[in-house]
Amino acid sequence: MAWFKKEKKPLETPADKKVQTEGLWVKCDGCRQILWKKDLEQNLQCCPKCGYHFKMTSQARLAMLFDEGKYTEHDAGLASPDPLEFTDRKSYRRRLEEAQKLTGMKDAILSGEGLLDGKPLIACAMDFRFIGGSMGAVVGEKITRAIDRAIAKRLPLVIVACSGGARMMEGAISLMQLATISAALAQLDAVPKPFISVLTDPTTGGTTASFAMLGDLNIAEPGALIGFAGPRVIEQTIKQKLPDGFQRAEFLLQHGMLDAIVPRKEMKAYLARSFRLLGAWDETAA
Amino acid sequence: MAEDLEKQIAELEAAEDSEAVREEIARLREQLEGARGDQKLERGEAWERVLLARHPQRPYTLDYIRMLLTEFSELHGDRRFGDDPALVGGLARFEGRAVMVVGHQKGRDTKQKLQRNFGMTNPEGYRKALRLMRLAAKFSVPIITLVDTPGAYPGIGAEERGQAEAIAYNLKEIAKLRVPIIVVIHGEGGSGGALAIAVGDRVLMLENAVYSVISPESCSSILWRDWDHKVEAARILKLTAQDLLGFHLVDTIVPEPPGGGHTDQEQAAALLRDVLRAALDELRALSADELVRQRHQRLRKLAPFVKEA
Repeated sequence: MAWFKKEKKPLETPADKKVQTEGLWVKCDGCRQILWKKDLEQNLQCCPKCGYHFKMTSQARLAMLFDEGKYTEHDAGLASPDPLEFTDRKSYRRRLEEAQKLTGMKDAILSGEGLLDGKPLIACAMDFRFIGGSMGAVVGEKITRAIDRAIAKRLPLVIVACSGGARMMEGAISLMQLATISAALAQLDAVPKPFISVLTDPTTGGTTASFAMLGDLNIAEPGALIGFAGPRVIEQTIKQKLPDGFQRAEFLLQHGMLDAIVPRKEMKAYLARSFRLLGAWDETAA
Repeated sequence: MAEDLEKQIAELEAAEDSEAVREEIARLREQLEGARGDQKLERGEAWERVLLARHPQRPYTLDYIRMLLTEFSELHGDRRFGDDPALVGGLARFEGRAVMVVGHQKGRDTKQKLQRNFGMTNPEGYRKALRLMRLAAKFSVPIITLVDTPGAYPGIGAEERGQAEAIAYNLKEIAKLRVPIIVVIHGEGGSGGALAIAVGDRVLMLENAVYSVISPESCSSILWRDWDHKVEAARILKLTAQDLLGFHLVDTIVPEPPGGGHTDQEQAAALLRDVLRAALDELRALSADELVRQRHQRLRKLAPFVKEA
């Protein structure tokens, strides 16, 4: 077999050469083509060749939604005190610090208030870079406060989900966030002001099983993975391979779980039009 | 190895009690401790609670219904798709007064286990629960929920029919109901699948029940990429009644007979009866407005788990 063996010496690039190209190019997960990062940024992180939607940071997301990218951030200082003192192979505190350094955020969601098409809006966006966009007490509290704000100011609300679900490192406290947020949405129902849930790739677990599925409209970006159980868990349970496209946005639309699939480029206009049709900014007696 | 031993022990404990059986159980327990090596269990440790909460002879929801309620008439179906045997419910009387009861149901033998889908609810089960709870609210009947599930069922059909939506919608709509809701976590409180019927005005938790965002096995497989750390996972997840009381996520711990609910089902039910009566009396004294206001307030008590930087 000796002639099949190959010395596995990694190809080494001189350091000075590496610098010129590093980080300038990215491979599209959709069509496998190599893309210039600047093109991608100018195209709202959508592949200019196949339309594949890359994940967006929460900062980019809110900048995209609000007029001229301007908004007031709320509750930026909320952070987790690690209530369980959770340590597995690495401590939760360490994981938090690393995620905070990576994202410049205290936790996995950004909460803002600004103008959409000239009209006031409350919006939150989750950030997958922060421990998989997982939902602990801080995410729960920030969303709940955003809902409170929408109720108090009588403003429409958008929450952009991008999350693996409840955050394991906060145990049952994370789980309770599902109930807390949903109860706050019950109060918003009584106002009423419209809440549009935007589901992006991926939205699974406890995030889907609470606010993400509770929009007056539930809309998703094309191709987004959306579900309760993760595909691997289902495969292990039923011991079969899952069909292509299972739990993708198009599958959910077909099964009646979404109002619409809206490409990122049309998102802002779609939200503004829907809110107008629902009378979100009409003068109210109250 | 340990898994097999646990199973054998459980089977023997289920069998006819005799000296020989007891000796055999003791022998197997020794083996089990040996097999676990450094993961030797101490009494009261979280993993032991997990095993007790899953004990095959522990009273299940229908057992509690039989022992605590009278005139139980089961109500079926979600009026949308089907009837889920993994979640049961119906009208009954508790100490003479009408209540609506809903709860997850596990099966004891293999046939029942399959019929009840191991207590793993499908969307139609959660939708049935909400339908019954709304019916109760319409006629001012208090609600008791009995929670005991490994989790919501992770299957293709469940996803197609909106498992996440069913749970989410329950969480929002149950928060609005204008009647007392008492939640009893009596076995496994398996994440969102448990929570879907566990929002209420009082949350009671049995001494050996567990309540968690994820099973220790799954937690171990995600964090350590194997199932060998489930004992440690159970500990760090803080899933015991004592832990949850400390976090104010449950209101009362309901005592169990010495050794756990499986040792004496009747006594387990009797102990629950007293706590249930007290909670129900307290809640009946409140107006519907006050009830809903307090329910929302208790969900907001979670704020101590965040700090302002």
